[in-house]
Amino acid sequence: MALEATTVERPLATQPPPAAGTRGAAARWLLGLNALLVYTFLYAPILILVILSFNASRNVSVWRGFTLDWYRSLLAGAGTLGLYGDTGTVAQDTAELARNFQASGIVLALRNSLIVSFSATAISTVFGTMIALALHRYRFRFKGTFQTLLALPVVIPDITMGISLLVFFSLLFRLLENLLGLRMALGFATIIIGHVAFNVSYVAIVVRARLAGMDRTLEEAAQDLGANEWQTFRRVTLPLIMPGVLGGALLAFTLSLDDFVITFFTAGVGSSTLPLFVYGMIRFTVTPAINAVSTLMLLASMVLVLLSLAIQRRG
Amino acid sequence: MKTHRLFVWLVLVTVLALVVAACAAPAAPQAPASGGAEEAAAPEGGESGEVLELNIYNWSTYIAPETIPRFEERYGVKVNYDIFDSNEELLAKLQGGNPGYDLIVPSDYMVEIMINLGMLEELDHENIPNIANLDPTFQNPRYDPGLKYCVPYQWGTMGIGYNIEATGGEIDSWWSFWDEKYAGRIAWLDDPRAVMGVALLLLGYDINTTDPDQINEAKELLLEQKPLVAAFAPDTGQILLDEGEVDLTMEWSGDIFQVMEENPAIRYSIPKEGSIVWTDNMCIPKGAPHKELAEKFINYILEPEVGAELSNYIRYATPNAAALPLINEEDRNNPGIYPPPEVMERLQFVVDVGEATVLYDDAWTEIKSAQ
Amino acid sequence: MHESLSRRRGHRAQFWFLFTPGAFWLGFFFLLPLLIVLVYSFFTRGPYGNVIYRWTADNYARLLNPIYFQIFWQSLWMAVTTTVISLLVGYPLAYYIARQRQPWRNVLLLLVIIPFWTNFLVRTYAIMVLFRTEGVVNAVLQGLGVIQEPLQIMYTPFAVTFGLVYGYLPFMVLPLYASIEKFDFSLIEAAQDLGANGWRSFLRVMLPLTLPGIVAGCILVFIPAIGAFVTPDLLGGAKTMMIGNLTQQQFLKARNWPFGSAVSISLMVIVSIAAWIYFRYGEEEML
Repeated sequence: MALEATTVERPLATQPPPAAGTRGAAARWLLGLNALLVYTFLYAPILILVILSFNASRNVSVWRGFTLDWYRSLLAGAGTLGLYGDTGTVAQDTAELARNFQASGIVLALRNSLIVSFSATAISTVFGTMIALALHRYRFRFKGTFQTLLALPVVIPDITMGISLLVFFSLLFRLLENLLGLRMALGFATIIIGHVAFNVSYVAIVVRARLAGMDRTLEEAAQDLGANEWQTFRRVTLPLIMPGVLGGALLAFTLSLDDFVITFFTAGVGSSTLPLFVYGMIRFTVTPAINAVSTLMLLASMVLVLLSLAIQRRG
Repeated sequence: MKTHRLFVWLVLVTVLALVVAACAAPAAPQAPASGGAEEAAAPEGGESGEVLELNIYNWSTYIAPETIPRFEERYGVKVNYDIFDSNEELLAKLQGGNPGYDLIVPSDYMVEIMINLGMLEELDHENIPNIANLDPTFQNPRYDPGLKYCVPYQWGTMGIGYNIEATGGEIDSWWSFWDEKYAGRIAWLDDPRAVMGVALLLLGYDINTTDPDQINEAKELLLEQKPLVAAFAPDTGQILLDEGEVDLTMEWSGDIFQVMEENPAIRYSIPKEGSIVWTDNMCIPKGAPHKELAEKFINYILEPEVGAELSNYIRYATPNAAALPLINEEDRNNPGIYPPPEVMERLQFVVDVGEATVLYDDAWTEIKSAQ
Repeated sequence: MHESLSRRRGHRAQFWFLFTPGAFWLGFFFLLPLLIVLVYSFFTRGPYGNVIYRWTADNYARLLNPIYFQIFWQSLWMAVTTTVISLLVGYPLAYYIARQRQPWRNVLLLLVIIPFWTNFLVRTYAIMVLFRTEGVVNAVLQGLGVIQEPLQIMYTPFAVTFGLVYGYLPFMVLPLYASIEKFDFSLIEAAQDLGANGWRSFLRVMLPLTLPGIVAGCILVFIPAIGAFVTPDLLGGAKTMMIGNLTQQQFLKARNWPFGSAVSISLMVIVSIAAWIYFRYGEEEML
């Protein structure tokens, strides 16, 4: 990597270079077109999904008129927040009662999903970033082997990882019960442990890609100026690797939120997540209620994005 | 040198301790505090003031909205309702040890497997007097003679769902799936034993055969038909039919009835060559923390009003003879839901074939991989 | 590394601090459970689908059947197509995002991932609504008079590739972005000042410097795509078997945990050998 020596760290916000003639303009136009097409590609199914959340049919995929019932029932379900807790809502007919009843299950599952994904993302982002830093900064014996190991959670089929964790936990629990008399069970903790076990790899790989080719002159300069390890990390290293950390965290969150197989095998009593609920519906009918809950999540994330945008612009 | 070692150990111990603490938490309600009350399983939840919890593991949306709140109220208990999405996943999950469920709802063949693997608790019939309400047909099933381990919950059939506008007439034979006319408009259920079972039926063999030659013949028959197949649908055949993506699909009865309500062109038939019948059953897995309460729940479901309410909502057939008069007339007179006796005779249960499972598996891999 | 001894010792402590928690987590909650799978792969299936503790290598011998080569080959081919298309689409997008001004840059990046916070199944159903015979795409094309008869899009290789690229694109774009964003674009100008044309300066300067991102993106797309099967099943009609289906079928339908374990272990060994060779002899700095 001869070119590496020429790489200099630069402030994060670079201005775009001046236009390089008509060819440059054409290239920029093509890039813009590609971006437009990709976003269309990404959002076309999402638009369909949102439209279908207003579908009057019980079946998710064939349009049979407009309704707000799925949202209404989700709100009613959210009011109870407890699977079959006090459904003291004003349910007029059986159809409405049935929808509310289903919705309370969905809302509970959504809550569980958010608990799991936020915790798993937080832990795996911290640990994954630390591993990436260790790999970037140090040479050590079996480094190649360790890096291979790091890729394995990406390789392993979900079902294999799910079952291996299940067997592992049941052996571990039995062992602890016999040795220490501790009674343990599957639940949120085991789901989060499983999610972190595969997410750490994703985060580490993304952060490592960001770190690659970065030299440590800035960090060393900071330390020479008297900053301690933590200050150097907080003020120099972290801002430099932030895009990688953010990317890794986003991937981890996405994977965690949508994981079905590993969650199924590590879930215990009362910890069913949203994907479990949805897959469970396949045997009968996946109703537009799932579209409605997905739409609400989209809406919430869009609002958060706009909010952060507003804050950043003011700042 | 020494400090960093110490540090590593500190980290390891802390992480382990956290994990242990976190895992132990969910089990707490079952642990000592309520230990005594559990054994007693008194109807009012014991005197300790602790609310008893019943942990049900069932299919999604497979219960009527009123069923659980009423049970909770009557017995002063709390019910947790978790969801699994296939018999196989249920089995795999419980093979790792019962994570705390009191009641599970596997299908017929899975009950048999679980009995064989020693995973089910024997039922105490004294606690379930309502078992007498069951239709005699379901009192002595092949997979669990004498209902020692399970009580039927709902039942149904498998058949052909079709679009009558596309077929131009009634479909009454599995051979339609071999009809070139429907090339690219056919969906099978993505279930090896069910699909192989149909081929075996057509060849005049037992759907539970363990004879390698017969299984091989069935495989050849399906390989011959494969070019006509649009999809092997993971229990979504009714959606493909409703969307107009296929004209014929192999599906479970209740799924087709759900789309029939909204799409008048959809029909359901049980082919004349015969088909598969299934039951879902309430069982208590080994290690259930609240066995007696689970038995109370089983008994509760067998009450005529509760059973009828359940079936009226989820639209599958009830095995409960006492509940039958309370079933919606429309459903009760629907031959698709409650087939007449002459059709019933042509229906068979899929049962576990033990070692021969590998033969079916190899055949299925070959069918799916064929170009 | 020319630090003084005390500084080196400080580094050592720092290494352990950074390395231990994640490595421990992986070791304890991934490798140990994986060992169980490895052991299972040498056991025997019991008559009821239980695992019998009797040593055998039969599970691996069974894999020598050409049908499993075919399955592996098909999965590999599917993963390669998905990776190549994702890279061709994802690189220009990541580049475009990285060139925007700051608040927008983050917004555009988030917009890549937000669609995936909806449920996978309803998202796939939405793609089916686009593609089916009476679906949106056919209606639009027919409305425009481009085609007379509806096209068969569902259950074709196109639908499967579309679905996979759709699902894995963020896994390509995020690491690419992380890598391109730190690229010093003045280098391109320098190259152009020295007479290189745009394409040449991209190939000779930018591509090598963003290679770590490309490698990371390809790893995160290619490897999971080998095991993908739900998308091919729903959009392709489950008419071909993939490695993912095979493992799923063995663990669940066939209840043959030992064989399912053998399939998984073989897959992991093949991919690991490739990865290990890469890490051992490949560019040190490239992951």
